[in-house]
Amino acid sequence: MRGYKLKVTPDEVGHIADLARLCPSVDEKLRLAEQMSQIVEFVEQLNELDTSDVEPLHHVLDLHSVLREDEPQPSLPVDEALMNAPARKGDYFRVPRVIEKG
Amino acid sequence: MSLSFSERKAALKSGRLDIKSLVDVALEHTRRNAHLNAFITLMSELAYEQAGRVATRLLNGEYPPLAGVILAVKDNIALRGVRLTCASKILENYISPYTATALQRLIDAGAVVIGKTNLDEFAMGSSTEHSAYGVTLNPHNLERVPGGSSGGSAAAVAAGVVTSALGSETGGSVRQPAAFCGILGLKPTYGRVSRYGLTAFGSSLDQIGVMSSDVEEAAHIFQAMAGCDANDNTTSPTPVPDCSALSEFALEGLRIGLPVEYFGEGIQPAVRNTIEKAAAVLRRSGAVVSECSLPHTKYAIPTYYIIAPAEASSNLARYDGVRYGPRFEGENGEDIIRASRQAGFGAEVKRRIMLGAYVLSAGYYDAYYKKAQRVRRLIRQDFSEAFRNYDLLMTPTAPTTAFKIGEKIASPLAMYLSDIFTASANLAGVPAISLPIGSDDKGLPIGMQLIAQDFREDLLFRTTKRIIELINI
Repeated sequence: MRGYKLKVTPDEVGHIADLARLCPSVDEKLRLAEQMSQIVEFVEQLNELDTSDVEPLHHVLDLHSVLREDEPQPSLPVDEALMNAPARKGDYFRVPRVIEKG
Repeated sequence: MSLSFSERKAALKSGRLDIKSLVDVALEHTRRNAHLNAFITLMSELAYEQAGRVATRLLNGEYPPLAGVILAVKDNIALRGVRLTCASKILENYISPYTATALQRLIDAGAVVIGKTNLDEFAMGSSTEHSAYGVTLNPHNLERVPGGSSGGSAAAVAAGVVTSALGSETGGSVRQPAAFCGILGLKPTYGRVSRYGLTAFGSSLDQIGVMSSDVEEAAHIFQAMAGCDANDNTTSPTPVPDCSALSEFALEGLRIGLPVEYFGEGIQPAVRNTIEKAAAVLRRSGAVVSECSLPHTKYAIPTYYIIAPAEASSNLARYDGVRYGPRFEGENGEDIIRASRQAGFGAEVKRRIMLGAYVLSAGYYDAYYKKAQRVRRLIRQDFSEAFRNYDLLMTPTAPTTAFKIGEKIASPLAMYLSDIFTASANLAGVPAISLPIGSDDKGLPIGMQLIAQDFREDLLFRTTKRIIELINI
């Protein structure tokens, strides 16, 4: 463990894990805090550059909307779409109840 | 396989060689090289079926452009009816219901697929050590990594199991293993090859690439898979130049830049010397070789490790244990998702998802993600400016030859830095190729990288062919 404050604290790791739908153990949180701190400190060297006049580059190509005629085309049959499902019921993916009866 | 692409084609045409025997030989080689752990899934039955169809076409007097090509495919590229694991436990038993466009085009052109190769889980890594199916070994030295993430494909080609394989790149994942294993590896221009059926990692960076021990075969494979696809609206409508006729190319007058940032500290002396020697050979052949600068090179890895994890954290949100993959039970939907993701993903993938979620989270978005996108523009501008004066840029592919298994696994940052010379091309979108150019005193291969302007893969292939001829003479 280092002697100074981590850039990314174990508490922050817990919060981010929550956002990312992960559930690391206490040990994993500590290790992630160390590793993420090291990486975040490394990427902060970008602050050496003045980019106030630079537009963000979202995509290297000049992207534009590509549309096609609105005609029905063959699509994935239901059975194939469901063939990898861990649990199914009829033509549906099966999951625990998500909406409580009001 | 000792026959070259053109010799093999001629032999098939004349009937001296039959396609099924090529499959026999390749499968025999997979058995002999099983210790390399290059493959996750072998598909002999399907391979013979495909070979049968190619044989019928040949009998009917049709000569598909890729007849005689036996292919290995990185296991993050979809093939209908075959397991698609991405080297992850979360997709352990996933059977793909469809085929990637690029791969379908190769099969239609006569290629036969014999198996799916190992990789770093979801293509996140530089050594193929981050695989739920075990590490792949480098055929040149079994204590060394093959590079990554397309390490299984690189090892399969280097061991002679197949002549060519498909890999994929987000930040050097074709070129770096190609360099470590002494083969060719092309990362096409972003938008040149359809990403439909390539498991998404960093969507603004991902491209399918070709790895090969035969430059002509690689060019034909690239030619067959490149071009617009209605299922990927980031594919470019720019016409694909002819890459199939590689002969008769003179280096005379070709302007080649050596970016000084790629020859500084941290580069293994044998790597630097070998590239400099190659530069001298090119000069003697009439190329105009001089130093140039890509001033933002050192910012490529920090930029990449913001943008790629950000895109990954979003792309990997789909693995939730609901629609596919193993499901870990929980009291409610949320619990199921958390438990399935926690158990299904490996450590490196979770680390990148976490990093991505961090740089995109409220309060950090502008400071990290937007900042990185601004620097990404500067990196692309470096290349645009260099290509005003140069036709090609020439660099080492990696700062060192293949490192030892386990050497960098404990330090994510040290591992990330092995892509220091390759990540820029992904951020800028430009095409780049790694070609084998020699070896160090331990006999480990050294790769040289050529980088061209958008959509000039033809120039990369022609120059590569010429360099290989010159160096071998």
